[in-house]
Amino acid sequence: MPELGKYVFAVLGSYGISVAMLVVLCTLSLMRARKMRRDLAAIEQRMRRDG
Amino acid sequence: MASLWEYANPRKFIATSDLVLPWVGGLALVCLVVGLVWGFFFTPEDYRQGASVKIIYLHVPAALMAINAWLMMLVASLVWIVRRHHVSALAARAAAPVGAVMTLIALVTGALWGQPIWGTWWVWDPRLTSFLILLLFYLGYIALWAAIENDDTAADLTSVLCLVGSVFALLSRYAVLFWNQGLHQGASLSLDKEENVADVFYLPLLVCIAGFVLLFVALVLLRTQTEIRARRMRVLLARERMG
Repeated sequence: MPELGKYVFAVLGSYGISVAMLVVLCTLSLMRARKMRRDLAAIEQRMRRDG
Repeated sequence: MASLWEYANPRKFIATSDLVLPWVGGLALVCLVVGLVWGFFFTPEDYRQGASVKIIYLHVPAALMAINAWLMMLVASLVWIVRRHHVSALAARAAAPVGAVMTLIALVTGALWGQPIWGTWWVWDPRLTSFLILLLFYLGYIALWAAIENDDTAADLTSVLCLVGSVFALLSRYAVLFWNQGLHQGASLSLDKEENVADVFYLPLLVCIAGFVLLFVALVLLRTQTEIRARRMRVLLARERMG
């Protein structure tokens, strides 16, 4: 761990908040992508079945 | 060589982006991990700013992407206005939340960096203020898409909003040059070697920038696929309701 001195809050805060925001953005994007893929496949299957 | 307009076909876009996405996403992850670990653990302190200089590896790439995401949305909106390709309007919609997060990261890391160096979290400096306005434009753009039911009308109105917001995207880039006042320094990256940051900070910064660019591309591809599927689902459900 590098010696951050009086900047420890600023540096660790920046890394923590930024990484957290990027992880949340990626997770939400992946979850919505999966859900939409699944839902669309289900609707297309239903419409094919019902004509 | 295939025409660029082939990718205006949603099926073609999804098939091609499915092939590219794992590579772009994987490369983004590698660049981000290498760049941030290099910058955080293996770079020295700055002679004036001390260890706080390590914030540059997040602040500069995020600010760069905040502006360039809006410019990408501008190009996609212009394609929609001129050629009426749905994929381009949906790509602009997909990019907005990513750009908003980049803007928020730039503002938050800027405030955390500014407090120990300038002695304040925030000043109404031209660059900071134009970035805050850019964030508000992002939020307004996202809200406008969500508020309008008809996709084509939403694409038209958000495209106009995007054109107006482009003034602030450019202002946030050049504010330091237009108004020679305020606390924010000039550009960290420059073709002029005298003005550029030192090599020891520059190389990991380039890797981080590559990581942010690739992450943006990967997220926009993924989210555009999602928007295409969501639009198709709305069309199918409407057709089903009409019998």
